[in-house]
Amino acid sequence: MSGFRMDQGGRVDRGARVNFTFDGKPYQGFAGDTLASALLAAGVTLFGRSFKYHRPRGIMGAGVEEPNALISVDRGGGRFTPNLRATQIEIYEGLNAKSQNRWPSLKRDFGAINDRLGRFFPAGFYNKTFMWPRSFWEKLYEPAIRRMAGLGDAPSEVDPDHYDAGYAHCELLIVGAGPAGIDAALEASGSNARVILIDEQDELGGGALADPSLWPWLERSVKALQAAPNITILTRTTAFGYFHDNFIGAVERITDHLAEPGHGPREKLWKIRAAEVILAQGAIERPLVFEGNDVPGVMLASAARVFALRHGVAVGKNVAVMAAHDSGWKDALALAKAGVGIAAIIDVRDAVDAGLVAEAEAKDIPIYLNYSVIGVNGRHHVKSAQICSNDEYLGGRIACDALLMAGGWTPSIHLWSHSKGSIAWSEDWGAFLPDKPNENVRCVGACGGTFSFGKGVNLGQLPTPKDPATIKAFLDFQNDVTAKDIALAVREGYHSVEHIKRYTTNGMATDQGKTSNLNALQLASGFLDRPIEKIGLTTFRPPYTPQSFGAFAGHAKDALFIATRKSPIDSWAGEQGAVYEPVAQWRRARYFPRSGEDMHAAVNRECLAVRNGVGIFDASTLGKIEVVGPDAAEFLNRMYTNPWKQLEPGRCRYGLLLREDGFITDDGVSARLAPDRFHLTTTTGGAARVLNMMEDYLQTEWPDLNVWLTSITEQWAVIALQGPKARDVIAPFVEGIDLSPEAFPHMAVREGMICGVPTRLFRVSFTGELGYEINVPAAYGRAVWEVLWDAGEAHGITPYGTETMHVLRAEKGFIIVGQDTDGTLTPYDAGLAWAVGKKKADFVGKRSLARPDIVAEGRKQLVGLLTDDPNEVLEEGAQIVADPNQPVPMTMLGHVTSSYWSATLGRSIAIAMVAGGQGRMGETLHIPMPGRTIAAKVTAMVFYDAEGVRVNG
Amino acid sequence: MILIHCPYCDEKRPELEFTYAGEAHIARPADPSTLSDEEWERYLFIRANPKGRHNERWRHSFGCGRFFNAVRDTVTDKFETTYKAGEPRK
Ligand SMILES: [Zn+2]
Repeated sequence: MSGFRMDQGGRVDRGARVNFTFDGKPYQGFAGDTLASALLAAGVTLFGRSFKYHRPRGIMGAGVEEPNALISVDRGGGRFTPNLRATQIEIYEGLNAKSQNRWPSLKRDFGAINDRLGRFFPAGFYNKTFMWPRSFWEKLYEPAIRRMAGLGDAPSEVDPDHYDAGYAHCELLIVGAGPAGIDAALEASGSNARVILIDEQDELGGGALADPSLWPWLERSVKALQAAPNITILTRTTAFGYFHDNFIGAVERITDHLAEPGHGPREKLWKIRAAEVILAQGAIERPLVFEGNDVPGVMLASAARVFALRHGVAVGKNVAVMAAHDSGWKDALALAKAGVGIAAIIDVRDAVDAGLVAEAEAKDIPIYLNYSVIGVNGRHHVKSAQICSNDEYLGGRIACDALLMAGGWTPSIHLWSHSKGSIAWSEDWGAFLPDKPNENVRCVGACGGTFSFGKGVNLGQLPTPKDPATIKAFLDFQNDVTAKDIALAVREGYHSVEHIKRYTTNGMATDQGKTSNLNALQLASGFLDRPIEKIGLTTFRPPYTPQSFGAFAGHAKDALFIATRKSPIDSWAGEQGAVYEPVAQWRRARYFPRSGEDMHAAVNRECLAVRNGVGIFDASTLGKIEVVGPDAAEFLNRMYTNPWKQLEPGRCRYGLLLREDGFITDDGVSARLAPDRFHLTTTTGGAARVLNMMEDYLQTEWPDLNVWLTSITEQWAVIALQGPKARDVIAPFVEGIDLSPEAFPHMAVREGMICGVPTRLFRVSFTGELGYEINVPAAYGRAVWEVLWDAGEAHGITPYGTETMHVLRAEKGFIIVGQDTDGTLTPYDAGLAWAVGKKKADFVGKRSLARPDIVAEGRKQLVGLLTDDPNEVLEEGAQIVADPNQPVPMTMLGHVTSSYWSATLGRSIAIAMVAGGQGRMGETLHIPMPGRTIAAKVTAMVFYDAEGVRVNG
Repeated sequence: MILIHCPYCDEKRPELEFTYAGEAHIARPADPSTLSDEEWERYLFIRANPKGRHNERWRHSFGCGRFFNAVRDTVTDKFETTYKAGEPRK
């Protein structure tokens, strides 16, 4: 043996040396090593500091169950991953691994003072101590605690990797490729069923990888599975969650084990739907609870077996075994056979299987039956174990350099529990086993309770002559929860297992209590004097192990995070230097700055251009719905507040849409193209909602109406030409439509041709000027726009964006649903009483307009606001009060909903929601701002061209 | 992710394709103007909200677009059945 590396045995390749560093120090391992096995081989025992007490910690497990050895891996260039288990990190050439939660170094850790202060840090300590005063919590306690207690650092750079995702469907999904999972897969091989076999390790075999007698079988089986065309094998893949209807989430780690990450995805998220699921996740050994059970070198017996027989590493040269279960004896004997010195087998039981005892005696291993370990000497590594007879409390000291714990086995029922399968207590196992399934799933092998590790006893804590309240015997190693914390929680009145868990934080660390839940439950059962099956297990929730955010984000990041909808004219705006803004899912041109202009200057210029000449605006994002059928007019008459049946073909109407509760939900101008055909427009953000609402009424309330609804938002590009010269610009390009004001007045629609393509030409205006909204098939949108743009040059045509559109409509008092309304305004509140058909017997929302609270006085209503100082532009969202001198809390009357500088008027304008607003005309109200108060007069909402003559130009 | 059977498509599809649409079998009154405030309030706001079996509406929004009814257990989240709009309560 060189160091702790055994001369032979294991599955590592002794011919392939791998160089890596741990905390900056160079080490060498073999291909097939984990970081844990390679460092143990080099004699390293100290892997981290514990969460709360900063106690030195070593390796406890050999795989997914490891609670202590959490490691950060830095690959450079932003590839930084904290909180990885050393037992699952495959080493590669150049691996740069670091320990966590220590300062300034792992050996000399400042935070270890917490361990000495341990009696001041009982369960619930943070809750009790740091409640008050609040300012202390924010400034002092929280930052200090965050620095002291913690896991690894969060990455500080952008993750350069990308992540794949995909769906998979199969007849059979098998999770876990130990002997039971492999057998299940072999049984299904050669059939027509699609089978997916998942395992989190780098090679198939599970527990068989640490049992050389099974290797010939394993090799044959893996070859057979690889050759089976119906079986897909996914290694390095963790099934992290089991969701409804046999939907399993799994993450495949593709590049983390490679020296060069390459250009492919780092991980892949598999979303698997399986007709049947077989869970073969095995079982996890339980630690034993005694003083010093967290000293580096104290570990699970099963872990020592894996290190020796799979990796060829002895965890010590003289190893003691503390057993409460036969499996500890079997592991000790396997280690002895492999050449590891066994210092002693101590068993808490007074009688153990005679065959095991005989085998141990034959190997001259000292045996202590009815004994317990009551203490461990050594701080950074085990030096000896103190043992004691359970009856007489007489004992002694056993020199050893590692101490193995065999506390029995806990079947891994995590995914079973995710699937909402029920569980039942098994006295034999001292654990919960799967009971009744809730999905088409079954558990096989150890996780189903059908594999035998031998016999054992179920213990809360090992017997000890000391006062249990004076010792630190750990349950949850990752969250530093001790046996006495459970006692304290019970004493303080926490009797539900869910409460005990939250109060002590047992099982709440990143390992979700894989090694601690059952021990804590055994203890609680004792303290509460209630059988475990009456206490129950806390709920397992996904993920089974922590997963990267990248895997869940997948391709949905940066530009692909959410779809950006672009109009056919969007690219033109970009070429002209437009500044964009997001509107619903759309990207829209907000303004078109000329060189040196800020938004204010650009918007002022754009506004004046529309009022005095002509502006061109991309309105393609407007929601559009085509309503067709003999009952189309009847349907719209029932949906909208105003009458639609008498609207003549060729005419447009402003439509106001309420919910059944009477509140405004959308509006828009719509046209009747023919007796049975309407072209509706909705707000940009409301299109899908309105279509859904209309479909709902049509399908479920009035299925007798013969009407079809079709979304045509993306079929039509819409070019708004607005301003006194709008007609002059389009006239040369329009065919088949008489543009004269008499033949084609305001609020009319015509079908014809423009620039040689079909158009639905609306004469409508959201600016108060003469204007057209030119609908052309989307594919021609940019071409028509460019023709009009070129021709408009002679008329001083100016492109304008959404900001100018907002100012122009506010000058006219046109509301924006969702900005000036908030889902609590009726048509009367919004000053739109004129849009309600008084003679209509019914429409959606009508009955609610007579509800007592809707007709009550003092409701918030939309009004105009003009500041006393015309240069003062109010903040949108600012609160409004009547008495600026009222002490805080002041009576707030409402808030500013829209506010702009109006270049046309040479002053600011605003729209506001004010309680009883329509009865306050001429009243001066006040808008308190930091350090000052602004006075403003309540006015009508129309600030410009109140007579409305300009649209008729 | 739940699979939901659309009675129009006659297929089980992932829940991502569907949108919940509230309690089922609450018909809009034929003439709301004849309802008292209390009756209108009951129609507008009052819902069964049971723990257990619930008749509810879903829409196959990203499929056929049809609204339909379902019986779902609000405790287990399991769908007992789905049926077409207009069919009697199940
Ligand atoms: Zn469908």
